[in-house]
Amino acid sequence: MTKITYIEHNGKSHTIEVQNGLTVMEGAVQNDIPGIDADCGGSMACATCHVYVKEDWFNKIPSKTEGEDDMLDQAFEPKPNSRLSCQLIVSDDLNGLIVNLPEKQV
Amino acid sequence: MINTDALIIGAGPTGLFTAHQLKLIGLNCEVVDNLDKIGGQCIELYPDKPIYDIPAVPECTGKELTDNLINQLKPFDIKFHLSERVEQVKKINDYWNVKTNKGTEFQTPNIIIAGGVGSFEPRKFIPKECEKYENTSIFYSVKDKSIFKGKIVSIFGGGDSALDWAIELSKDAKVNLIHRRDEFRGAESTLKKVLELQKDGKINLYTKYQLKSVHGDNKLEAIDIIHDNKENINLKTDFVLGFFGLIMQLGPIANWGLNLDRKTISVDTERFETNQKGIYAVGDICNYPGKLKLILSGFHEGALAARACFKLARPDEKYRFEFTTTSTSLLKRLGKK
Repeated sequence: MTKITYIEHNGKSHTIEVQNGLTVMEGAVQNDIPGIDADCGGSMACATCHVYVKEDWFNKIPSKTEGEDDMLDQAFEPKPNSRLSCQLIVSDDLNGLIVNLPEKQV
Repeated sequence: MINTDALIIGAGPTGLFTAHQLKLIGLNCEVVDNLDKIGGQCIELYPDKPIYDIPAVPECTGKELTDNLINQLKPFDIKFHLSERVEQVKKINDYWNVKTNKGTEFQTPNIIIAGGVGSFEPRKFIPKECEKYENTSIFYSVKDKSIFKGKIVSIFGGGDSALDWAIELSKDAKVNLIHRRDEFRGAESTLKKVLELQKDGKINLYTKYQLKSVHGDNKLEAIDIIHDNKENINLKTDFVLGFFGLIMQLGPIANWGLNLDRKTISVDTERFETNQKGIYAVGDICNYPGKLKLILSGFHEGALAARACFKLARPDEKYRFEFTTTSTSLLKRLGKK
């Protein structure tokens, strides 16, 4: 289990334990954390699991997969530290990861 | 006013196979979809991606699946209303009265919602004041390119639509092309052409910029764009075009008095009926214990919803279960002798 913190746009913070092997998106959906829609179910075909990764973490996590930036172009208010949470696979290396959620997904 | 036994909302794989099932059991139906083409997510999101879990089809792309489903509908006469969105659903006596955004009106005892995750809508600019200029100076698609002649047009986006329109409009307009990063996802030849036009001074390219604000009174006059490093540029412009792809929104479906669970509609698993009699939901948009968002589940749900429609469309007849291998009436409907 790995500790992940999701911070909603309004500042409300949720720290949960997510099973390794799941994605950061799945961790949020399975724990009913509001703010991640994941319309396409994790196939990188939409941009509704968009998160901002805290700067100090952004360079530590595995870099973007092919096509992820293309999808992020279609996200709501993308920033340089934007990621799709369905592409972030939870492992021990991510313990303590903090992601901020955008104001909305669509 | 169009009278039909059943109206299907959504022309994705589930909607298409549901139409097949309705026609096969002798009901007529019409299909409405907000996209300008048949196929739903399969065509819009992953036309070239292979799918491996359609029963008896080891591998096919979204486009191939759609083409095959359309082929399967060939024996039947089904009217599709594309680029139309259902806006209003109202109960009038025993019928549902349905109106689209283009004014098409249906009267039907059965509505089958096969809407996936909602209708596809263009993603819009974030600054609120953009709404004021929408459809006068700010557009998310091009209907009449002649209005841009001799004007300054600022195009946002990094995909084929943005690049193609930048090239096309640069013939008789001054074009700014603005993208939030310095990579584009268009075809390589298109990108090459854009860079050539930039060299010739026909297109001004701004990468790592996004729209910050728009300015003008009744008419749009200028925009501010902001770089990743916060640097600001003010650009004079007559028109702004945004091509950020499509997003899926539940849209007006949320207002029809249906039991919703997040973005899905609760149904029973016998008829796939919602809490409103004669309104069914099938495919990704429906929700029940154990629901799987697979295309094959949509096919099953559509087949059962179609049978449920029979009762309301032909109250005096009894539905009889038949196989296509043996039933002469089914074979006749399929155009086989």
